[in-house]
Amino acid sequence: MNRFVLLVITILALVFSTSCGPASTAEAASDSSAAYIENKGSDTIVNLALAWAEKYQNDHPEVRISVTGGGSGTGIASIINGTVDIANASRQIKQEEVDQARSNGVEPVEHIIARDAIAVIVNPENPVNELTLKQISDIYSGKFKNWKEVGGEDRPIVRLSRETNSGTHVYFLETVLRLGISDDKTLFSTDTLLLPSSEGIIAEVRQNPNAIGYDGLGYVPRDLKMIAIAEEEGGAYVLPSIPTVNDKSYPIARDLYMYTNGEPTGITKEYLDWILSPEAQQIVADLGFVPASLTPNPSP
Amino acid sequence: MEKSLNWREFVITRLIKASGYSAILFVALIFFFLVREGLPTFVETELTSLFSLRWYPIEDYFGILPLITGSLIVTVGAALVAVPFGIGTAIYISEIAPRWVREILKPLVELLGGLPSVVLGFLGILILSPYLRVLLDLPTGLTALTGSLLLGGIAVPTVVSVAEDALDAVPRAYREGAWALGATRWQTIWRVTLPAARSGVLTAVMLGVGRAIGETMTVMMVTGNAPVLALKLGSLFSPVRTMTATIAAEMGEVANGSTHYHVLFFIGIVLFLISLGVNIAASSVVFRAKKRAERILS
Repeated sequence: MNRFVLLVITILALVFSTSCGPASTAEAASDSSAAYIENKGSDTIVNLALAWAEKYQNDHPEVRISVTGGGSGTGIASIINGTVDIANASRQIKQEEVDQARSNGVEPVEHIIARDAIAVIVNPENPVNELTLKQISDIYSGKFKNWKEVGGEDRPIVRLSRETNSGTHVYFLETVLRLGISDDKTLFSTDTLLLPSSEGIIAEVRQNPNAIGYDGLGYVPRDLKMIAIAEEEGGAYVLPSIPTVNDKSYPIARDLYMYTNGEPTGITKEYLDWILSPEAQQIVADLGFVPASLTPNPSP
Repeated sequence: MEKSLNWREFVITRLIKASGYSAILFVALIFFFLVREGLPTFVETELTSLFSLRWYPIEDYFGILPLITGSLIVTVGAALVAVPFGIGTAIYISEIAPRWVREILKPLVELLGGLPSVVLGFLGILILSPYLRVLLDLPTGLTALTGSLLLGGIAVPTVVSVAEDALDAVPRAYREGAWALGATRWQTIWRVTLPAARSGVLTAVMLGVGRAIGETMTVMMVTGNAPVLALKLGSLFSPVRTMTATIAAEMGEVANGSTHYHVLFFIGIVLFLISLGVNIAASSVVFRAKKRAERILS
């Protein structure tokens, strides 16, 4: 009996101590030198987040920031499970994820931290320079199977996409494949190659003249060719760049987000405030993204 | 007698016994958790949709047939590479090579076995897949074949070292007997040594196949991960998506307890059953061969 009581007390103590864990570390953070921010999510944002973290840690040596990628879904799953302080996402949180978070006692709060354009890329040997959104949609849905159908050479089209856990994938599906129509059920053609990383897409496009891929503007190296895109046939074909994203003439651009659990407090708040400062937003522009402060009202 | 054993010996024998039984316990626990997390699949999805042809989990398409065929075609391809190369290398090392060559080759093969698979995947993306695309005039080099070649390469060291041990264990008298009867070197190897080492060689092949079917990183990097049903021989030259790559790519993002989560565990069960089947088939063949050998010898 005595042992049983002891066991119960031990278990209670363990449960109690783990449930107290985050609170006590937060307390420790505010008064000791080792403040720690855990930051995880979108692979699109990871370089930007790293650059920010590096700069911020230089200026505030008392703060440690850990940044990891894994995809927007991974980041949002982590904020739902309460394992990170800030989740990075290149798409907005879905309603079902909000519900899940609430059932876990987490209230996700959204912060728009930068904008990004998705560039559609092909091998430089490919003579195709411009496409309409509809043509890209038909390429990815499998309707067009040969480059000559969009004015190119007689070559098979090899479609490259990020994995389904990537925010870029979801955004591309909704904005390009389905042309922004919410009840459109078009899917990626099954033979679309789903590559686990931006690097995988870039490596394949670099060496394969049949390939078409997409990636965040900040990630496209100079030796690949970006496609100029028109919203509809007869419209102007626009290449992605900071000015064309800002004046909204380039059609595939989106906001980038960070999510916190509840309104941020303490060092997390200081960090997020700094991210929206001109100094931090300059880093955004340097990395090929578009600063958030230039877009006063976010798209819904 | 037992009382004369000191306590140290008692502890050590118990520890060894426990670690032996723990293997059974761990397999049972793994299976239990797989089943517990995977079985809700049957409640949440219909069998017809589970065995349909489209895998697109973020829109609730959970057809796992393309993934199963993808894994099988890559594994069969890998076995076709690894078995001849592996057994050939083992025969060369154990039967033909002069002593100094063997001293060099054995550690080299083992070194190859220690190569991290992500490194091989990287080489596959940068060198093998562009080369195959140009050589075979394919739309893309990220195909089942690329995966098979690399997985074959990963499985070869396993096959070589196990098969070589088995060949080495064949008594010298067998070979001498064959030579005395006038058999050539090749006849000795093919008719005497290899059959005598059969069970070990078969174990080597099975371990190699097991290594190939369970490998994740390399296939995720080089097979293109397109969930297309792979039934024809020509599928070897097109992209496929394997079960392991699917689990690895999607497990990180999936919400705990969702249908997608359960289906991923169900894929784990399928993978588990396949490797269980391979192992049972292998051991039953070995068992039968042993019985036959016993009958002949008695």
